[in-house]
Amino acid sequence: MALLDIENLVVEFQTSTGPFRAVDGVSLNVDAGEVLAIVGESGSGKSVSMLAAMGLLPWTAKVTADKMVFDGRNLLGMSASERRKIIGKDMSMIFQEPIASLNPCFTVGFQIEEVLRIHLRLDKAARRKRAIELFEAVGIPNPAERLGHFPHQMSGGQCQRVMIAIAIACNPKLLIADEPTTALDVTIQKQILDLLMRLQTEHRMGLIMITHNMGVVAETADRVIVQYKGRKMEEADVLSLFESPKSDYTRALLAALPENATGDRLPTIGEIFMGAAQ
Amino acid sequence: MSVITTKSTQPSGLSEFWYYFSRNKGAVVGFGVFLLVLLMAIFAPLIAPHNPILLYEGMQRLPPVWSEKGNPMFLLGTDAVGRDMLSRLIYGTRFSLFIGLVVASLSAVDGVLLGVVAGYFRGRVDTFIMRVMDIILAFPSLLLALVLVAVLGPGLVNAMIAFSIVNQPHFVRLTRAAVISEREKEYVVASRVAGAGTFRLMFKTILPNCMAPLIVQATLAFSAAILDAAALGFLGQGAQPPTPEWGTMLADSREFLQSNPWLVTFPGLCILITVLAINLMGDGLRDALDPKLKRS
Amino acid sequence: MTPVLEAKNIVRNYYLPGGLFKKERTVHAVKGVSFTVEQGKTLAIVGESGCGKSTLARIVTMIDPASGGDLFIDGKKVDIAVGDLTPEIRRKVQIVFQNPYGSLNPRKKIGDILMEPLIINTDTPAAERRELAMAMLKKVGLQEVHFNRYPHMFSGGQRQRIAIARALMLNPRLLVLDEPVSALDLSVQAQVLNLLADLQDELNLTYVFISHDLSVVRYMADDVMVMYFGEAVEYGTRDQVFNDPQHNYTKTLFAATPRADVETIKARLARKNAALVAS
Repeated sequence: MALLDIENLVVEFQTSTGPFRAVDGVSLNVDAGEVLAIVGESGSGKSVSMLAAMGLLPWTAKVTADKMVFDGRNLLGMSASERRKIIGKDMSMIFQEPIASLNPCFTVGFQIEEVLRIHLRLDKAARRKRAIELFEAVGIPNPAERLGHFPHQMSGGQCQRVMIAIAIACNPKLLIADEPTTALDVTIQKQILDLLMRLQTEHRMGLIMITHNMGVVAETADRVIVQYKGRKMEEADVLSLFESPKSDYTRALLAALPENATGDRLPTIGEIFMGAAQ
Repeated sequence: MSVITTKSTQPSGLSEFWYYFSRNKGAVVGFGVFLLVLLMAIFAPLIAPHNPILLYEGMQRLPPVWSEKGNPMFLLGTDAVGRDMLSRLIYGTRFSLFIGLVVASLSAVDGVLLGVVAGYFRGRVDTFIMRVMDIILAFPSLLLALVLVAVLGPGLVNAMIAFSIVNQPHFVRLTRAAVISEREKEYVVASRVAGAGTFRLMFKTILPNCMAPLIVQATLAFSAAILDAAALGFLGQGAQPPTPEWGTMLADSREFLQSNPWLVTFPGLCILITVLAINLMGDGLRDALDPKLKRS
Repeated sequence: MTPVLEAKNIVRNYYLPGGLFKKERTVHAVKGVSFTVEQGKTLAIVGESGCGKSTLARIVTMIDPASGGDLFIDGKKVDIAVGDLTPEIRRKVQIVFQNPYGSLNPRKKIGDILMEPLIINTDTPAAERRELAMAMLKKVGLQEVHFNRYPHMFSGGQRQRIAIARALMLNPRLLVLDEPVSALDLSVQAQVLNLLADLQDELNLTYVFISHDLSVVRYMADDVMVMYFGEAVEYGTRDQVFNDPQHNYTKTLFAATPRADVETIKARLARKNAALVAS
């Protein structure tokens, strides 16, 4: 049985020009211990579909699906309090801007202990011990000292590690990573990706990696879903996707990579896929 | 070269503005009332049944038409010396709107100028301007206006000058804050790289992008000016009788609060409704113009 | 032939005054960087955040003065700290920024944004200005109907095109591009890179191209300079740097870049299977 099973997800936003469909009938599933990459450009709805599963969309969004089940529990129509028992504990998420995702008014230690307090009900000493363990697991040096630091005192890479620590604090079954390395430098990106993959293997977590970077996909994914303007264009295992892409869009996307440039000019994605023009 | 298209369903600026403005029902009501007041002010000579400063002998302090002693010729009654209340209220809109407009414009123009200079140049110029503004802000505004009026003499024009000075610091602060945050943005640097000089950068590049909070502040200054002018008139230092200004009407009718309450109630209601309408409108404007609150 | 741009030992220090709770310190953003760019060529400056590449871009574009060293544009020494900046020199170097959403004035129409450099620097009459702006708009792939629209009606890629058009209005000799495609989607990135290549061929432009994306650099550059903590740790032709990197940091950078090709995937899957079998 799949860990996360979504069928025919539709997300509509109320805008000043009428309803806007950010996600248009997307189906996907992730098994325990599997790494699924969702690839797409901006406007493809890749982040929105995961935010919908987590219940993190604003009130202007209307979420409908035939099926949205996590670990056997139906996410559709779940009450807010029931949902709060799952997210952050069994299903957690990390975001693109690490420094902006942490509360600037509180120390990082407070923020990670908050998760432990709410979900695991640990007492103060146990929380501190676990927080230090987690910081060590994500590779933050001097963990005991770092607990008292504020987000603005740390670099982007370190804040992302803190975010990852918060996300895995309760040993989640599924971790959703929404463009976790896009805002980071290349060398830090490699460290964070290595960390994520190590944690994923150690804890047998399901990992959904949302990205627009095909290199990240190649280096991390087992299976890949390609999205464009809210629709799923292709779903395949990573090797098949790169070796023999079936959808035109995927082919065009791979051809537009500068590393695949054959001539003097890059092939551009044709009229049908005027992604950024809309 | 491939052909590019933009969003064909992009709404015009005005319709997008109206979409957000109309979400706030209070703001729409306020806007409607304000329009009504504006129309009354413009068409006052046509609407008002009587000349507002004309005295009717023997018709003093008549109650409104729905009371037993009311006279259908004077729908809302007459004041202490026999002038028609309704006409005076209608003509009063002219003064109130005029005061609001002049004060808001004067303080806005002055305040924005000082704010742009302070925000752009920073350093000593900034410190000096802001300290002067702090000093002005430290005074209770009505008191400062009274002092100025005492120096310059009572009357509407002097009252307006006084209120403009007192309202300036708000504009200066807002503009300065907006300019400081905008001047580091890339489009300003781009204009500088294109060779733009100081004046062009200040007024043509940066200032147009700071307008949203200023417009909101201007509506608030408008309503505050009406209130302040009424207060000054109430104290006898603003518009002088027989000018049909609402605050002055209140002052004239103070002694009749117990015996002829409508003399005080109607001008007071007019002030209340107008100021409330403009404040509600300002609220809606802020919601509509603040890009951070945009939901789509 | 004199190179379009020559930099000798450029140094830039920022002095941060101490306050009640912190000591004063000097930040050495650029520590003695030298390079040369010939006409019609592209120099790519590669590095991660904090390496000083954006500071260098601002110095080359004459937005900020250098604290030390010499800058030569078309053979002429320029030092804006002493006020060498005449309008003719100002016109020679223009810049395109990274963020397409911040680099265009939101309150101005595109046509006005394009005509602004002409209004400031030349005496061109209004009708001719409009024609020039319209021609440039079409040259970057947009249409006449876009002339009177506001920036927020355009996508990121289109805004970058407009930014490029604006930079070219004054016929500069050198175009500094500070991460121009980093904020764009892959498909749009390709379009903008093609546009830049076309313009370089047509107008014989010289580019200083700053990027952290090695695949883009490999595609665009003739020469490459790698910066690390304010220093140029590697400088050579593209082939030299990519095929035979000398400095350790360059090697680390290449190793860290994720590769999107089939061989990498096969190797990784093989490693994974081996690990599973072993456990």
